[in-house]
Amino acid sequence: MNTLVWVEHDNNEMKDATLSVVTAAAKLGDVHLLVAGAGCAGVADQAAKIAGVGKVHLADDAALEHALAENVAPLIAGLMASHDAVLFPATTTGKNIAPRVAALLDVMQISDILSVEGGKTFTRPIYAGNAIATVESSDPKLVITVRGTAFDKAAAEGGSAAVEAIGGASDAGTSSFVSAEIAESERPELTSAKVIVSGGRALKDAETFEATITPLADKLGAGIGASRAAVDAGYVPNDYQVGQTGKIVAPEVYIAIGISGAIQHLAGMKDSKTIIAINKDEDAPIFQVADIGLVADLFKAVPELTEKL
Amino acid sequence: MKILVPVKRVIDYNVKPRVKADGTGVDLANVKMSMNPFDEIAVEEAIRIKEAGKAEEIIAVSVGPAKAQETLRTALAMGADRAILVESDDEVEPLAVAKILKAIADEEQAQLIMLGKQSISDDSNQTGQMLAALMDRPQGTFANTIEVDGDSVTVKREVDGGLETVKLSLPAIVTTDLRLNEPRYASLPNIMKAKKKPLDTKTSGDYGVDTAPRLTTTNVAEPPVRQAGEKVEDVDALVAKIKALGIA
Repeated sequence: MNTLVWVEHDNNEMKDATLSVVTAAAKLGDVHLLVAGAGCAGVADQAAKIAGVGKVHLADDAALEHALAENVAPLIAGLMASHDAVLFPATTTGKNIAPRVAALLDVMQISDILSVEGGKTFTRPIYAGNAIATVESSDPKLVITVRGTAFDKAAAEGGSAAVEAIGGASDAGTSSFVSAEIAESERPELTSAKVIVSGGRALKDAETFEATITPLADKLGAGIGASRAAVDAGYVPNDYQVGQTGKIVAPEVYIAIGISGAIQHLAGMKDSKTIIAINKDEDAPIFQVADIGLVADLFKAVPELTEKL
Repeated sequence: MKILVPVKRVIDYNVKPRVKADGTGVDLANVKMSMNPFDEIAVEEAIRIKEAGKAEEIIAVSVGPAKAQETLRTALAMGADRAILVESDDEVEPLAVAKILKAIADEEQAQLIMLGKQSISDDSNQTGQMLAALMDRPQGTFANTIEVDGDSVTVKREVDGGLETVKLSLPAIVTTDLRLNEPRYASLPNIMKAKKKPLDTKTSGDYGVDTAPRLTTTNVAEPPVRQAGEKVEDVDALVAKIKALGIA
C-alpha cells in the first residue's frame, strides 16, 4: 500500500506533529510525504531526512502558501491516483483539509485514529473519549487524521528520501488569507512540551493567572495550558486550551492547578505520563486521575512550590 | 440572503455516555438528548446576522430520527424561520449528510451555511468541510468571529497557534467554534410560536442520496481507566516527588 502523509509546517520549519503521522502511515505501507506551501523547499529537505520515508513530493506554489483547503484539497485528491491512503495530523490544519479531500474522493474519512488494527481497521475516540470505537472502512481509498499523542514519533534523522517537485497547484479563487495572530513565545509548544503547567477557573483573572502559573512554568521550562473555563473567562487566549475541543496533550508531566477535572478537560490530558493536581476541593474529579495530588489553597501552595523547586 | 443551519440531535452535554455491555455502541435509551452545542452556536450566529439586517431567512435542517423534530423546534424557538427534517432511523455518516445538505442548499439557494465544527457524539469534524467540497465553495472552519459584508464573509478562525483570518466569497460554509457567541435561551412565548412555524419532513431518497454506511463499527469499548494515585501532605512532599521525576 502506498501512503501519503501531509507534512505540517509554516513554510520554514517542519512541525513535530508530522512525525507521529509517519509512524501511523508506516503501519499501513510505504510512506510518501507531501510538502505543500510557498518557498518551502527547506521543509522538504528536512522532511526527506525522516527515517523510513520513501519519497517527498514538493508542491511549491504561491496558491499554497497559507494551506487554504480550497487550493490544497484538489492537489491532494489528484495525488491519490497513485496512493491508497492519505494521513494528516489531527491539527487544526489537518482537520480543515482532510474532509475536503475525502469528499472529493467520495470516501468517508476516519477521524483522529488512536491505533492501526489492520489495513482498513482503526480505533478512534467518540463522545469526547468516553468510548473507543473500532471502525473498518469499505472505501477504496483511505483518508485519515491521526491523534499525535497516540503514536510514537518517527526519528527525524536517518532517512535520505528523494525530493520530487510536482505541479498542478492552482488558486480556486474563492478564498483568501487576510491575517494571522500567532502567539510568539519562547515556551515549548503544548503538543510537544515535556512538562505542562495548566491553570483553571480558580485562578480568578488574567493577572492572577500570569502571576501564579508563569513563574512555576518558567522554573520547569514548561508549556502553559488552561482549562476551557479559564479560556472562556478570558484569562488566557484560545490556543492555551487543553481538552476535547482544544489541544490533546500527553507530556511527561502535567501539572493541573485549580482545575476541577471536567470530562472534556480530562479527554485532552489523561494520556499524560504523570499527572499532578493541586486543588483545594479534595473531591474534585481531577484527583481520580492524578498520580500525585495536593489538597491545598493554590494561592499559597503554588508560590511556595515555585520557590522550593 | 438565506442562511441554512444544519443541527444534530445528540446526547446532552451534561450526560456521561455509557458504553453498552455488548460492545455495539453507546446506550441512548432514556438518555436526555439536546441540540449539539456547536450547532446551537451556529443557530445563534445566524439569528444575529438576521437581526443585523444582513439575512432575510434562516432555515434549520436536521438529518436524523423523527425525534430530531424536537431539536428543530428548539432552533425555531430560538429564531429560525422554518425547518426541514430529513428523517432516518439509521445513523447517517457525515459524507451522506453533506450530500443531503448540498441538495438542500442548492434547492434553497442558500448563501451561507453555518454548522457546528463537530458533533459531541461521533466527534468526526467533517460535515462542513465535506459540504464545502461537494458544493465547490470556500470554507471557514472553527469560527471565532464572523463578519458578513456584501458578497463575502470574513471569518476569524481558531487555529493551533492562535487566530487566523480568511475572506470567503459567498456562497460559503462556516463551522462554528466555542467562543463565537453565547446562545440565547428561547423564551416561553417564542417556544409557543415555534410550534406553528413550518417544518417539512423528507427522506434521503427525496434528494437522491444513498446513505449506506462506508464505515462499519465492529466494537465500542470503554477507554482504559486511569487509577488515582496518592495524595501528598504538603508542598515539601510535592517538591520531593517532582524532583524524583527528574524535571526540576
